[in-house]
Amino acid sequence: MRVRVDRDLCQGHGVCVSEAPEVFALDDALGPVRLLQDEPPEAQRAPVEQAVRYCPTHALALEDD
Amino acid sequence: MTAPARGSRGRPPPRVSGAVPWLGHLLELRRQPLELLQRVRAECGEVGEFRLAGRPVVLFTGPEANEAFFRAPEEQLDQAAAYPFMTPIFGEGVVFDANPEQRRQALRNRSLRDQFMRGHAEVIAGETERMLAGWGAAGEIDLLDFFAELTIYTSSACLLGREFREELTPEFAVAYHDLEKGTDAFAYVNPYLPLPSFRKRDRARRRLVELITEIMERREREGRETQDLLHVLTRLRRADGSPRYDADHITGMFIAMMFAGHHTTSGTAAWTLLELLRHPDVGKPVVEELDRLHAAGTPVSYQALREMPALESAIKETLRLHPPLILLMRKVMSDFHYKDWRIAAGKLVAASPAVSNRLPECFPDPERFDPARYGPGREEDRQSFAWIPFGAGRHRCVGAAFAMMQLKAIFSILLRRFEFELAQSPGSYRNDHSKMVVQLRQPCRVRHRQREAAP
Repeated sequence: MRVRVDRDLCQGHGVCVSEAPEVFALDDALGPVRLLQDEPPEAQRAPVEQAVRYCPTHALALEDD
Repeated sequence: MTAPARGSRGRPPPRVSGAVPWLGHLLELRRQPLELLQRVRAECGEVGEFRLAGRPVVLFTGPEANEAFFRAPEEQLDQAAAYPFMTPIFGEGVVFDANPEQRRQALRNRSLRDQFMRGHAEVIAGETERMLAGWGAAGEIDLLDFFAELTIYTSSACLLGREFREELTPEFAVAYHDLEKGTDAFAYVNPYLPLPSFRKRDRARRRLVELITEIMERREREGRETQDLLHVLTRLRRADGSPRYDADHITGMFIAMMFAGHHTTSGTAAWTLLELLRHPDVGKPVVEELDRLHAAGTPVSYQALREMPALESAIKETLRLHPPLILLMRKVMSDFHYKDWRIAAGKLVAASPAVSNRLPECFPDPERFDPARYGPGREEDRQSFAWIPFGAGRHRCVGAAFAMMQLKAIFSILLRRFEFELAQSPGSYRNDHSKMVVQLRQPCRVRHRQREAAP
């Protein structure tokens, strides 16, 4: 699975960081969220799905290869 | 997407009827803005021009035009210059004197980050409990007064710090409300005209500076250890050791930080309650949803607030029909092209949640209050350039998630403890559109009674 971030929409709320801290990170510098891994392992599916679902700006998408 | 720019070519937008000499459509905007904005769309289509005294305003409506509006970079469509009525409220030199990049950073309030939301949910639930403590078994309230005061406490506690909130009195809420009422569209002529509402606005701001000065002096005198934002701002020094910000400037920053989230949340809370009472078929399942969550032993927590589909849909539908901001404006910094039209630099452009949220092609039966629109399979709020109570794109309200959480927390407490009924005829609740900040028209009273089997 592959995670995509729409950098136009992301406002850096950090919901995804709370849901899946191994996949997403926010730097202290202002800006959109940073991906720690573009293609997270299957074990991260549940938290990443939560991150996509609760993203307040709908900036995240999950794609299966 | 927008058509490519065509240099200086392109048609000027069509003008709507009804302009009067000199003032243009200013009086109509103060009297019946919804009718004016809807007429622009009916007569001119997706791009049409009206005039506020000497300022032409080009209204964009419909998802395609909205997308062009919301996707334009700030360097082309500037927000600050479009709201002259805000300068005397924030104060000269506060917020809007910064360049776009500084503003983006300054407005990105860290306390809106997800990691702080859990704490905010508990604070808001607690503030709601405190307001209800004096209610007794039954009584009557004015919705505007009640929610305006409650949301002063919740937003100051969450955004400025709990210590600061504890130093506020109801007088702060009253003065703040007078600021909001000082947003007359006559500011487009001159924000310092000798109008009663402008005088009242300036008096209210001076009073807020006094109140914050008193808080600063009391802290100094008592030598209390505080750690909130006020503490940080008063300690900042210039190179020569003098204070970086005085009380006037700090007050301006606080007013600005609270402004976007105050009247908007207060009005939406009031309209949500009214719509739940006017539509018992919607209100009943909302209360049942809350009771179910509570019976399961769930406290009012951030996690619980995320899963309330009935209440959430009711709030979304309230926002669609009663968007707290009816006109979102920008100033055109360099000629702006959309399809065949050319909007000249210097004009204002606007998008209207009030018009777009009711387009029949996007929202079937648009006048109907129907929270089922947001259920599985329909999800009409996913039309992100049509459902725009929070704006859209990169300019979408950064406080939207906070606002939804806050409204759910407030209603979780309110509807579990009390039942409500209208104290006036259902059609008598109206908005007052005479100011740019829309508020409920008073009286707007409801009765409350403690729930017998309050769980």
